[in-house]
Amino acid sequence: MSTTPLTERIRADRTPMTLEEYRAAGGYDGLHQALAMAPTDITALLKDANLRGRGGAGFPTGLKWSFVPMDDNTGLKYIICNADEMEPGTFKDRLLLEGDPHQMIEAMIVSGYAIQANVGYIFLRGEYKLAAQRLRTAMAEAREAGLLGRNVQGSGFDFELYLHTSAGRYICGEETALLSSLQGERAVPRAKPPFPQQVGLFGRPSVVNNVETLCNVPHIVREGVDWFRNLSHSEDGGTKLYGASGRVNNPGVYELPIGTPLREVLEEHAGGMKDGYQFKAVLPGGASTPMLTRDHLDLALDFDSVGKAGSRLGTGTLVVIDDRTSIVGLLRNLEHFFAQESCGWCTPCRDGLSWVEKILAQMQAGAGQPGDIEVLEQHVRDLGPGKAFCAHAPGAVGPLDTALRYFRDEFEQAIAAHATAGGQ
Amino acid sequence: MTAERIQAFVLSDEEKADIDAEMSHYEDPGAASVEALMAVQQRRGWVSDEALHAVAAYSGIPAAQLEGVATFYNLVFRQPVGRHVIFVCDSVSCWLCGYDDLVQSLCAKLDIDFGQTTADGRFTLLPSVCLGNCDHAPALMIDDDHHGPVQADELDRVLEGYS
Repeated sequence: MSTTPLTERIRADRTPMTLEEYRAAGGYDGLHQALAMAPTDITALLKDANLRGRGGAGFPTGLKWSFVPMDDNTGLKYIICNADEMEPGTFKDRLLLEGDPHQMIEAMIVSGYAIQANVGYIFLRGEYKLAAQRLRTAMAEAREAGLLGRNVQGSGFDFELYLHTSAGRYICGEETALLSSLQGERAVPRAKPPFPQQVGLFGRPSVVNNVETLCNVPHIVREGVDWFRNLSHSEDGGTKLYGASGRVNNPGVYELPIGTPLREVLEEHAGGMKDGYQFKAVLPGGASTPMLTRDHLDLALDFDSVGKAGSRLGTGTLVVIDDRTSIVGLLRNLEHFFAQESCGWCTPCRDGLSWVEKILAQMQAGAGQPGDIEVLEQHVRDLGPGKAFCAHAPGAVGPLDTALRYFRDEFEQAIAAHATAGGQ
Repeated sequence: MTAERIQAFVLSDEEKADIDAEMSHYEDPGAASVEALMAVQQRRGWVSDEALHAVAAYSGIPAAQLEGVATFYNLVFRQPVGRHVIFVCDSVSCWLCGYDDLVQSLCAKLDIDFGQTTADGRFTLLPSVCLGNCDHAPALMIDDDHHGPVQADELDRVLEGYS
């Protein structure tokens, strides 16, 4: 049995398999097995497998699904795939969508069946044109073969799948903002509770999961819980699509046991730093994950271990920061992104992040003022978890918080340099 | 916006068919607002006031809702663009790998800044958040095509393909 279930069918040039090829490689076997099971048994299987959400938060998938009402008179329900991959530094779902679209479709049908949702949407970011094209082709094949539509494979289960191509804005990746967006509105997050599993798309019970999370589901059904847990090096089940970008020798995506140490991903798979560059720090799972430094190189990259080290596994795609990079400049880049992508709904996020960006821009330009560090620290506190409407602002200040702690001298120098030059 | 100008704008049959198809995907047809605007933009390059009102009249989605989404989503263009649109990724991985040099060369070569169109109408230059091409940084996207890594001295070769 495979140790790289999610990527084993993906060819080096990413040309996707046709339906026939996918079936010959064992594709849609998981669906056949699933359709013979009681839907709630699939959810129970995911709980036992300890599959955790791969979109960044790491919420247990089986637990999430268990909140969906399952009585027969619930009416319409929805399964939604979050393919709005827009976290800076993240390019893992793109591989799955472009390289193996049938895996995505099979995952949607099995997941829809498990929560008894008859309609599914793949919410795809607008820039992933190739993924859109390949998904459309594969969906047409699947429909032709009776895998989508009425009475899937004679099971009595109806499932319709639609591709929704979005038109930008990072906030669409936030679960409830995605629902607003899918309803044709501005992508403004919603208050929780009620949770989407009870009141979601068009007010109906809905489950939203990341691409990688869902793609695991048919494999778990097919190969079982023990196999899935044994793939891992940690309590979390399965593999993880890790990635690396920055000044490393072999940037890319690598499917490895979840819990692989940071050092191993960096040195063996990403090929270490390029000549002339030294490792300085890393954002372990995209722009919104707090920094780790060389003190953390032996950390296991699973949700709990990275959490205990004061960061988050996030999407698992490492943004590697080299010794020639200014931390103040880096933070300015990050906070520019977060300030621009704030949806503007709540004041701390809308106004606070722009203020943070302005201060950092001034520091980067050599015009830092005494007291700037304290103002940044105040924003780290005031935009933290629970202080804003959704997770956007807390995500934005996580890297800033760690930068101020691990690389404080660089911020101090940015201010001192200005004072020395006679600035006010 | 005069009534005459709005009435003078006619959606093509293809545009109408696309809008109909998208609206049929949702229990509330109004959910297709973004896709309806994109059906027009795909063929005309951008969404004019006249086009927006035509989509509203045809789809029954209020013009205010369409304007609300049009001004929220950055891939909906409410101003004319050049024949080709260049999106330069300005997110962290590309910034770490030479974004500044790339943009400097691009702006100098095209003699425009972000948000502008070249005098000959060939290119519009726009910044983009992470394009998901971080292992090929610095990256950019021209129309539907992703390119990366693009070094400053390779720009001529890359731009050549877009006349």
